[in-house]
Amino acid sequence: MSAVLPGHGHDDHADAHGHDDHHHGPPSGFMRWVTTTNHKDIGTLYLWFSFTMFLTGGTLALSIRAELFEPGLQLFNPEFFNQLTTMHGIIMVFGAIMPAFVGFANWQLPLMIGAPDMAFARMNNWSFWLLIPAALLLVLSFFVPGGATAAGWTLYAPLSSQMGIGMDMAIFALHIMGASSIMGSINIITTILNMRAPGMTLMKMPMFAWTWLITAYLLIAVMPVLAGAITMTLTDRHFGTSFFNAAGGGDPVMYQHIFWFFGHPEVYIMILPAFGIVSQIIPAFARKPLFGYASMVYATSSIAILSFIVWAHHMFTTGMPAAGQLFFMYATMLIAVPTGVKVFNWIATMWKGSMTFETPMLFAVGFIFVFTMGGFTGLILAVTPIDIQLQDTYYVVAHFHYVLVAGSLFALFAGTYYWLPKWTGHMYDEFIGKLHFWCSVVFFNVAFFPMHFLGLAGMPRRIPDYAAQFADFNMVSSIGAFLFGASQLIFLYAVIKCIKGGPKAADKPWDGAEGLEWTVPSPAPYHTFETPPVVK
Amino acid sequence: MAVSTHLRKLATLGVTGMAALVAAGAFAADMDGGPAELQLNLQKPVTGIADQIYNLHTGMLIVCLLIFIAVFAAMFYSIFAHRKSKGYKAATFHESTTVEIAWTIVPMIIVIGMAGFATRTVLAMKDTSNADLTIKATGYQWKWGYDYIKGEGEGISFFSNLSTPRAQIDGTQARGINYMLEVDNEVVVPIDKKVRILTTADDVIHAWSVPAFGVKQDAIPGFVRDTWFKADKLGVYRGQCSELCGKEHGFMPIVVRVVSAQDYSKWVDTKKKELAANQDDPNKVWTQPDLAKRGEAVYNKVCAACHQVNGKGTPPAFPPLDGSKTVLGPLDNQIAVELHGRPGTAMAAMGDVLNDTEIAAVVTYTRNAWTNKAQEAMVQPSVVKAARAWDKDKVAKLVARPQ
Repeated sequence: MSAVLPGHGHDDHADAHGHDDHHHGPPSGFMRWVTTTNHKDIGTLYLWFSFTMFLTGGTLALSIRAELFEPGLQLFNPEFFNQLTTMHGIIMVFGAIMPAFVGFANWQLPLMIGAPDMAFARMNNWSFWLLIPAALLLVLSFFVPGGATAAGWTLYAPLSSQMGIGMDMAIFALHIMGASSIMGSINIITTILNMRAPGMTLMKMPMFAWTWLITAYLLIAVMPVLAGAITMTLTDRHFGTSFFNAAGGGDPVMYQHIFWFFGHPEVYIMILPAFGIVSQIIPAFARKPLFGYASMVYATSSIAILSFIVWAHHMFTTGMPAAGQLFFMYATMLIAVPTGVKVFNWIATMWKGSMTFETPMLFAVGFIFVFTMGGFTGLILAVTPIDIQLQDTYYVVAHFHYVLVAGSLFALFAGTYYWLPKWTGHMYDEFIGKLHFWCSVVFFNVAFFPMHFLGLAGMPRRIPDYAAQFADFNMVSSIGAFLFGASQLIFLYAVIKCIKGGPKAADKPWDGAEGLEWTVPSPAPYHTFETPPVVK
Repeated sequence: MAVSTHLRKLATLGVTGMAALVAAGAFAADMDGGPAELQLNLQKPVTGIADQIYNLHTGMLIVCLLIFIAVFAAMFYSIFAHRKSKGYKAATFHESTTVEIAWTIVPMIIVIGMAGFATRTVLAMKDTSNADLTIKATGYQWKWGYDYIKGEGEGISFFSNLSTPRAQIDGTQARGINYMLEVDNEVVVPIDKKVRILTTADDVIHAWSVPAFGVKQDAIPGFVRDTWFKADKLGVYRGQCSELCGKEHGFMPIVVRVVSAQDYSKWVDTKKKELAANQDDPNKVWTQPDLAKRGEAVYNKVCAACHQVNGKGTPPAFPPLDGSKTVLGPLDNQIAVELHGRPGTAMAAMGDVLNDTEIAAVVTYTRNAWTNKAQEAMVQPSVVKAARAWDKDKVAKLVARPQ
C-alpha cells in the first residue's frame, strides 16, 4: 500500500530495509506528494491526475452526446458546442491518455528493468507538477470572456486567430504539457538505457520497456514541432506576424502540415505503450512466451519510423498534387503491415496456450478485437479517394475512437487490473472487474459503431445539429455513450475497493506472469532494487 | 414514414432493444438527394468518380472483412479450445521465421494491390482540365457565395444561405424533410457536363462537399483550389461545409440542382434578368429612411451572422456594433473598414461582396439602429463609389483600430 495511501510509505520503507536511514523517509501528508521524488509516488500522482482528466473530458463528451441526442438545438448554443468538442479532444489526448501512460512508465519501468528509481528523480517530480497548472488553464478557460477555445483540438489557423483569451490559455497549457512530456521522455530514455539490471540486454527487455523507449524518442522528436506550431499561432494572434495568414504572405495550410507532422507520431505515442502493456498481459494469461519478440521490436520501430512520413493523409482534401496524395496513401497503407504483424503475434501467443480470462486478459483480448476494427477503418481511410469522401465525417470520429478508446484506454484498463495487486498489495474484485469490462466493451460499440454509418451517409463531425435522417443512429450512439460513461464509475469503484482492502496479493499473483516486478513483495516497497538483481 | 416501417427497419438491424427508445425520437422521410434514414452505406453515386469511390470502398470492406473473420476465427477458436479450465497444456513455441515472414509479405501484397486500384481514381479526381463550366465557390462565415466564371451562365453570382427556419432548429415548429440541408439559392448545373469548382474562402477554412458527387475540397482563404464533377442523373444533391469554420459551421449546407441542358439555359436566362433588375445605380440619391431600410435587409443577411441582429456581436472575435466607436465615429473610417476589412481581425473586406449602394445602406443602417445615434447619420452610394479610389496609405490609416 506504500505508494498509494499517504503516510504509509514511511513505515514500509522501514519494513523493507530495516536499517537506520529513516531521515531519508518521505514527509507525510500533502507535502509528501508535493516533494516526492519516488517513482512509485509520482506514478500514482500521474495515474490519479489522468483519471481525473478522463472524467473531466468524459463529462464534456457526454455533454456533446446530450446535445446530439436528437436534432435541433436543445442544450447549448453552437459556439459552446464547439468549445466542448475542442476541449474534449485536448483534455483526453494531453490530459488523460498521455499522462496515464507516463504514470505506467513511472510505476513499472524501474520495477521491470530492475532499477531503483527513475534516472532524474527531481525532474520527474517537476514533470508531474507542471501538469497541474496546465490542467487548470484548460479547465478555467471555460470561464474567461469568450470561453474556451472552439477551434477544434487541431487548432487550425486561421480560425484560431478568431478565438478569445481561452485560445492563449490553451496554447500556454500545451506548451507546459509539452515541456512535461519532453522531460518525462528524457527521464525514460535515460532510465532504460543506463539503469537496466546487469544481464538485461536490450533484446531481453520487457516489451513494455521497448515500446516506451521508442515512444519517448517520438515524443522528443515531435513535441517541439507542436510547440513551434502553436507559438506561430500565438505570434499571429498578438504580435502581427503572418505565418498562417494569406493576406500577409503566409499560408493557413502550412499550419496543418506542421501540426500533423506532430499529430501523426502523436497518434502512435498514444498507442505504442498500449501495445507494450498488451504484450505483457497476453503471455501471462496464455502461460506461454510472447510469440515473435524480435519481430515485435522491429514492428514497433517500423511503425514509429513510418509515422513521420504519413502526416499529410490528414490533409487529402486541402488540395495537394496527385503525387503528394499518392505518396501519402502508399506510405499510410504500409503501416498496416507492421500493425498486422503485432496482431498476428498476439494471436500466435494465445494459440495453444493455457488460457484463463481474468479482467486484465479480458481487456487485452477486447483490445485486440476492437482495436483491429479501428485498424481496418484506418486502412480504408488511407485510400485517398475514400478518405476524401469520408474526411471530417463521423466515420473518422468512429475510426479514431476505436483506436483511442478501444485501443489506448482498454490497454490502460488492462494494465491497471494487471498491476493493481502489485501497487496496492490487494487483489481487486474479479466480479467487478469483469462487469466493468463487459459494460465497457458493449456500450463502447453501441456508442461508436453507429458512427460508421453516419459518416458513410455523410454526416460531418463537429456540428451541433443535423439532418433528421441522422436522428436514429445519433440517439443510439448517445445512449451508448451515457452507459459507457457510467460504466467507468465501476472502474473507479473497483480501484478504490482494491486500495482499501481485499485478499492479500501474492508477490506474483498471476501464475503465468514473467518479469522482475513480480520478484518484489506486493505491495511493492517504497524503495526497490537498491541492489540490482541479476538477469540471466 | 410510418412508425411501423420505422420499427421494422430498426428490428432488421438487430437493435430491437433500442427501438422503443428511438421511437420517441423524430421521424424523417428520406430526402431527395441527401442522406436516407438509417442509411448504412455511402450515398448513391451520381458521378463516375463517386461510383469508383463506392466500388473501392465496397471492395476494401469485403477484403478487410474476410481478413477480419479469418484472423478472429482463429483467435476465438483458440479462446474456446486452449483454456486452462479445459486442462489444455501450454505449448512452448515462441517464434517461427517462416510464419513471421509470411504474415509480413502477404499483407504487404494485399495493401499494394489495394493501393494500385485506388491510384487510377486519385489521378482521375485530380484531372480538372477541359471543364464545360467553371464555378467559384467562396466560403464565408457562414454561407456560400457562387460565381459562374466560365461557360454558359458566366457572370451569374449569388449567395446561398441555409433556409431552414430558426423555429425548426429551436423545435417550436415541425421539422421539414430537408431540415438543415436546404438553401435559399441552389447551385444549378447542367447534366453530363464537366463542372469545375474553384474553391476559396473569405475568412477561415471551409470545405465544399457533395457526397453524391464524391467531391470534397477545402476552401482556403487567400488560395484557390479546384475539384470537378460530372453528374449523370437529374436531381437535387446535398452536402455540408466539412471543415470546422466557427460558430455556425453546421449551418452552411450546399445544394446542387442538376438539370437538363434546356432547363439550364432557361435558368441562366431568368437568373441574368433577375440580376440585371437588381442592379443598383450608385448615383441615385436616397432618403435616410429608405436607405436604412435597405441597409437593415443587407445587414441581417450579411453582417448579422457575426455581429448579431441585435448588434451585440459575439465578443471577442466579433465586437458589438451597438455603441461601437467605429460606427459612431467619422464616416470615412467606417466606410474604409467596410470596403477593406480590419487587418488582424475577423472583419473581412466587403468591397467585393457588396456594391456601393449596399455598403452605403449598411453604414446608414448601423449608424441609426439599436441605441446608435451617430452625428453623421447617413452616406450616399456616390460617396462610397468615390471612396473606392482612396489610396493605400489613406486606407491603412482609416482601417487601423481606434484607440
